[in-house]
Formats: sequence, structure tokens, C-alpha cells
Amino acid sequence: MKEVSFGQYYPVKSFVHNMNPALKILFLIAYIVAIFLAKNFYGLAACAFVLILIMICSRVPLLKVLRAVKGVLFLVIFTAVINVLFHGGEELYWTWFGEETGVYFKYGIIQITQAGIVFSLFLIIRLVLLVVCSSLLTYTTSPVALTDGIEAILTPLKWVRFPVHELALIMSIALRFIPILMDETERIKNAQKARGADFEGGGLIKKVKSFIPVLVPLLLSAFRRADELGDAMDARCYTGGKKRTKYKKLRLTWRDLIAFLVAGALVTGVVFLRIYLGNPL
Amino acid sequence: MRIQAEHLSYTYNAKSPFAVAALKDVSLTIEEGDFFGVIGRTGSGKSTFVQHLNGLLRLPSSLKRRYKQKVKRGQTPPPLPQLKVGEFDLADRKTNFRALRAKVGMVFQYPEYQLFAETVAGDVAFGYKNFSEKKPTDEEVQTAVRAALEVVGLNYEELKDKSPFDLSGGQKRRVAIAGVIVSRPEVLVLDEPAAGLDPAGKREIMELLHKLHEEWCKTIVVVSHDMDEIAENCNRVAVFSEGEVKYVLPPSELFEKSEELISLGLDVPLAAKLTFALRERGIEVKNDFTVEGFINSVLSYAKNEGESE
Repeated sequence: MKEVSFGQYYPVKSFVHNMNPALKILFLIAYIVAIFLAKNFYGLAACAFVLILIMICSRVPLLKVLRAVKGVLFLVIFTAVINVLFHGGEELYWTWFGEETGVYFKYGIIQITQAGIVFSLFLIIRLVLLVVCSSLLTYTTSPVALTDGIEAILTPLKWVRFPVHELALIMSIALRFIPILMDETERIKNAQKARGADFEGGGLIKKVKSFIPVLVPLLLSAFRRADELGDAMDARCYTGGKKRTKYKKLRLTWRDLIAFLVAGALVTGVVFLRIYLGNPL
Repeated sequence: MRIQAEHLSYTYNAKSPFAVAALKDVSLTIEEGDFFGVIGRTGSGKSTFVQHLNGLLRLPSSLKRRYKQKVKRGQTPPPLPQLKVGEFDLADRKTNFRALRAKVGMVFQYPEYQLFAETVAGDVAFGYKNFSEKKPTDEEVQTAVRAALEVVGLNYEELKDKSPFDLSGGQKRRVAIAGVIVSRPEVLVLDEPAAGLDPAGKREIMELLHKLHEEWCKTIVVVSHDMDEIAENCNRVAVFSEGEVKYVLPPSELFEKSEELISLGLDVPLAAKLTFALRERGIEVKNDFTVEGFINSVLSYAKNEGESE
């Protein structure tokens, strides 16, 4: 009975939780577009402001959100370091220490410049915003709602005979099975540990090898469960597609109107900032 | 090896809103040579208890330190939880758990689902190789695997190169049990060893356990829902309920308490049901609640009645 680390849904009631999941996903896409459209710090500040607003409305604790950032911390630092070292540029942004040129250090292609530092900072903020906004989506939307949302968004594809419903079903089954399979993994691991298996220590190859006694039974049981589920669905005459109704119908409400307005305002604002404030980078 | 648990407690998801106390102050001794039964409803803590026996679940290592701290401060702390299996002290973090697991074999529910190797012999050898101090020679492995397969009643020559997945259900379970006993554990713990088998399969597994008890593992601990199985086979039984041990008694005394057992959501063996039905009708039959014992006592009752007429 380990804490399930996947599916980070944080179950509270809030404005954001109650939003239409389809619109939430569209909002996320609009938001990501806005982040990439932002060419200067003003644009990013606008994005960050909106994000903080959403975070407050969602009632997800800050610590939880920061945990999501922790997961990609390595990537963020790596990107920043690479950019500080290789970005280059002559621009002079500040003269706090009486600098006369924006270049601090240069050796071959490696160079540390003011432009590089500024650009790295820009990238860090951009990455953190990206991670936080997408993790907010998963914090505030249960996996089931998420698949419903994706299904709703993909509905237009039905016109070209794309099996949208089936795809959504596959996704929700996959999500549903993750905790079950994690339980199963724990059980098999215990059984093999009782037979003296050692999952800790050893090099990478040894570690991978030590998981074979877990993976083989796990795969077998996954297939067995899939078969059983298929039979159970057949036994209840499941057919996907047109005639199925939904237990929870997705509706558009005033919340979604507000979200729509916020997203629209943000994208327009960022474009506006981009055009009129120019490019301080 | 003697198993001695004192004041054992265990909480799943401790310090979270989902905390569940699975064991509460469990004290229990299993003597060497016992065929020990563990019964209780689902969620009564019996599986949690047996998973402690080979260190899959562990006592928090901070227990001793906190205990000493409290004593220092002049408080009287709750008694220190302890778990000893033979010479292994499971409350000690430095205990060699691998050596412990070689001595305490654990057969989980539906053990056939843990088979993984390409051949039966390879799967049985897994535990043997893991527990060997140094790399065993091929002959050593082969001898050990052959002995383990033969004691569970399988033909080594016939099965060794087969895939374990091509076997029948009962055979798979035997192979899985062989894979556990191959390291010659002194204590064998089995969780519902007969679950999901047909009556003949169940009988065979219980016969196998007796055989193992006689020639292979000194102590056997078996978790079961089947009261007939418990009454027929165990010399002592522990009853778990809501994380506590309610009784530790020989079956012949335990099943006298049929009403208490039923109120705990458990059942009594068929022989006990019949005995009580007879007693209600004024026929006093004394027995140990095995089928054999029941028949004998009925026969001797009938004989006495016949003589007195």
C-alpha cells in the first residue's frame, strides 16, 4: 500500500477544479502559446501573474506545485548552464560594476556574457512556468475528467473517421490500471525478495537484470487482466461509439467563459507587449 | 527457530490521513516444530503479521532510540516492540535480512504468479542462487533443485526443461513452493496455500505441507480461511481480529469457542458444527474437531449406548 506517485490529482473543490476539462486543456494550450509568444520579461511577467491567479483559485498548496518543479530541476539547471556558456552576444544590459562590454569571459566557443545570463534567466522562467501550468492541470483534473476532456477536444476528428471514443477509452483504461499494476508490482517484488532477490545496489546492468523476475510476471498479469476486462466488457455488451451516453456530461458554464476571457486577454496582452515594448533581449 | 513477537504494532501510511493501524500490540510466540495456523477476516492484520516474519515489513529503527529517550526523561513509555526469529533480532537494523530470508521461506497467495524463468529448473534455482554465500557450482544447483522438486512431488527429469507457464495450475503452485523451499528454510510461512485449487488439489497441498513439516522445514506457519484445513492440520492457532490477537489455542480448545469465532466473522470446521448440533440434542461427543476425531467419538458414543442398552 504505497502512496501512488502517479496521478497527482489533488482533490479539493475549487473554481479551477470545477472548470470544464476540455476547456482547461484548451486554456493550457493557449497559455503555452502565450509563453512562447512572450519575447520579453514583461510578457513573461503577465503570464506569471495569470498563473499565480490560477494557482490561488485552484487551492492547490504552493508546496505541491513546487514539487512538480523539483522533478524537472535538473533539466532547468542544465539548460541554463548550457545557455550561459554558449549563448554569446555583445549587448550591455547593466553597468553595476562599471562593465564596458557585455562579454565577461571568452575561450573558443565558450563565452560568458550578459546576454547569455539574461537569456538563461528568461529560459528558466519560461520552463518553470511551463511546468507549473501543466502540473496545475493534472493537479486540478482527475484522470477520468482529463480523458473526457481530450475526447471532447478530439470530437471534430470523428468527421474523418478517427476513432476518438476508442482512443479515449484506451487512455482511461490505461490510467485506471496504473495503480492496480503498481500494487501488483509491489506484491511480486515482495515475493521475489522473499526468494532472496536484491533490487538495491549494483550497477545499472545488474539493476535492470534484477528486475526481470518482476517484469515477466507483471507483464503476464497485465495481459491476463486485459483479457479478463475484455471478457467483462463483452459480457455486458459494451459497444463504443455513437449511441453511448455519458455519466458526467461536460457543460460550459460561466467559469469557462471567464477562463476563455482570461486566456484571450493574456494572449492579446502578450502579443501587444511583444509588438510595442520590443525586444529587450 | 522460535518466533517471538512482543508488542508488535504496524501502521500503513503512517503520519498521513490514510493511516491504517494493521497491527496493534501483538504478542505471539511460535515454537520450533509448530504447525501454526493463523486465521482472521480479510484486513485483520494476519498478512501484515506474517510479512514481518522475514523482514518484508520492518519495525521502525527509531523505536529503541525513542524508547531510551523516554526512559531518560523519566517517562514510562509503552513497552518496546520486539520481534525475534531464532537468533535474528528484527528490530535491529543491522540484522542480515538476506540470511534471515534464507531461513524463513515465504509462500505468498497464488505463488504461481511469481514464476518468471524460461524453465522450471531455472525458476526453482533462482532462490538457491540468491541465497548461496558464494557462487554455487552447476552440480550443487542441480542437486538442490532436484531435491526441492521431488519433495513437492514433481518429476525432475520430466519437468526441468519445460516452461513453467505450460504446466497445470496445481503443478505451477508446486513449482513455486519448490522455488521457496529450495534454500532449505527452517520456517515456512504460507499465505492461503490452497486458495483457488479444486478439492483434490487442496488435499494434495495440505498433504505436501505435512510432508514438508516432517522432512524439510521444522516450523510451518499457515494463513488460511478454511477452518477444516486449520482443524485438521495445525497444532496451535492464532486468531487475529482488527489488528489484535484474540486467542492462541490448539484447535481442539479454540473451536469450543464457536460463538466467539462466529461473532468475529469467522467460521468453525464442519466437525465442530456437527458436534454442536449433536450436543444440542443431548448427545455429548468429545473430540478435537477433526473429521477423524469426530467419527471416532461418534462411534465410541454409539458403542457405549449399545452396551448400556
